[in-house]
Amino acid sequence: MMTKQTPQKTPAIHPAWLRTMHWLNAVAVIVMVLSGWRIYDASPIFGFSFPPGITLGGWLAGALLWHFAAMWLLAINGVLYLAFNLFTGRFARKFFPLRPAEILRDLGAALRGRLAHADLRHYNAVQKLAYLFVMVDIAVLVLSGLVIFKSVQFPLLRELMGGYDTARVVHFVAMSLLVAFFIVHVAMVALVPRTLLAMLRGR
Amino acid sequence: MPRPIASNEIDSRTAQDIVEAARQELGSPARRLFGRRLLTLGGLSMLTGCTVNGEGDAEKLLMQVSRLNDRAQAWLFDPTRLAPTYPASMITRPFPFNAYYGIDQVPRVAGSTYKLELGGLVADKRPWTLAELNALPQTSQITRHICVEGWSAIGQWGGVPFGLFLKRIGADLSARYVAFKCADDYYTSIDMPTALHPQTLLALRYGDQTLPAKYGYPMKLRMPTKLGYKNPKHIMAITVTNTYPGGYWEDQGYNWFGGS
Repeated sequence: MMTKQTPQKTPAIHPAWLRTMHWLNAVAVIVMVLSGWRIYDASPIFGFSFPPGITLGGWLAGALLWHFAAMWLLAINGVLYLAFNLFTGRFARKFFPLRPAEILRDLGAALRGRLAHADLRHYNAVQKLAYLFVMVDIAVLVLSGLVIFKSVQFPLLRELMGGYDTARVVHFVAMSLLVAFFIVHVAMVALVPRTLLAMLRGR
Repeated sequence: MPRPIASNEIDSRTAQDIVEAARQELGSPARRLFGRRLLTLGGLSMLTGCTVNGEGDAEKLLMQVSRLNDRAQAWLFDPTRLAPTYPASMITRPFPFNAYYGIDQVPRVAGSTYKLELGGLVADKRPWTLAELNALPQTSQITRHICVEGWSAIGQWGGVPFGLFLKRIGADLSARYVAFKCADDYYTSIDMPTALHPQTLLALRYGDQTLPAKYGYPMKLRMPTKLGYKNPKHIMAITVTNTYPGGYWEDQGYNWFGGS
């Protein structure tokens, strides 16, 4: 089928495959985090529990069903995302080079509210760092989750994570960082609503 | 896991079975809440106006994925890979008591009259006394018990390698399932590769003492490659079968394979 793109229209800010994967990832992450809170509540590591009303699954078995269903979406979508980015060259083009001086400069500008968002095609250095960070963070979540899920079957991974109990702490800290990213991410979208349109319809 | 029941199966059920099944159903608050609460996210179901019940499409889909996860775990399971073992200094003391009932309801099985019953695809169905089981070759290991809730504890179990016992009774080792019925009305079942794993023990001792009642006297199945709820205590009967036997927690939605 031909696309209805008129010649004067510029190409999409985000290609369709990226937008699709972004929203699939959003669904997977939300389901994983909310069901994960319920699982955490069954045996809290720290001295607090998540209010049951903001968790998913109703009870431990329900939360585990959600968690171990959404993990497939998170993992398969994540691997495809990385593969598409690498093979299309988008990864190198969008995220690199990334220089510390630019990060400091853009971070300073962002905190003073002076960071320009004129061209959504271009990520500033803080964005590059944040998106690369969240990729690594989700990878750590998947790997520490594998150790909790299958500590006997992945001995090398288990030792890298410091053993079964430490893997739970790693999983929790990585979840907390992901939630922190999510809050900042959504706040930035609220500040620059055009970015939401770009991620929905491509322009 | 819940399987559809054919109508001829229902016909062949005795009235007593049905009453017993209903009693168990009503006696389990978790079962009643399972379907209804599966989808709740605060007041979200009210906001969207969705009716959520046990027969919902979401629950069916989630249970299908859980079946897929059973197969994925069976594929991932390496029958030769050993769970880590620990020095005695790392044993969790006291080792936690855990069951679906309180410690005051632990069943008291009389060891002198105890006989382990065998059924299904087994050549020699002769029941076993504790003395006969204790006369079999024994081994001991210190491994980590991982609960589905997330906590873990290290303990020391001693007993008969389960694979050795299965061979001794002439079990069909190509059968799919080994099922357990327990004195506390608990029941569960495992896959044959896990049953034959070198660390799977028919545990008769905890530490250097006879298995105490709270840990499953007269015997439990101890598998460091499975989560806690897959390790039945107070075992009264073992059946080797190709018919899916389910389990107490598994029938309520917990994953059947439950491996670690």
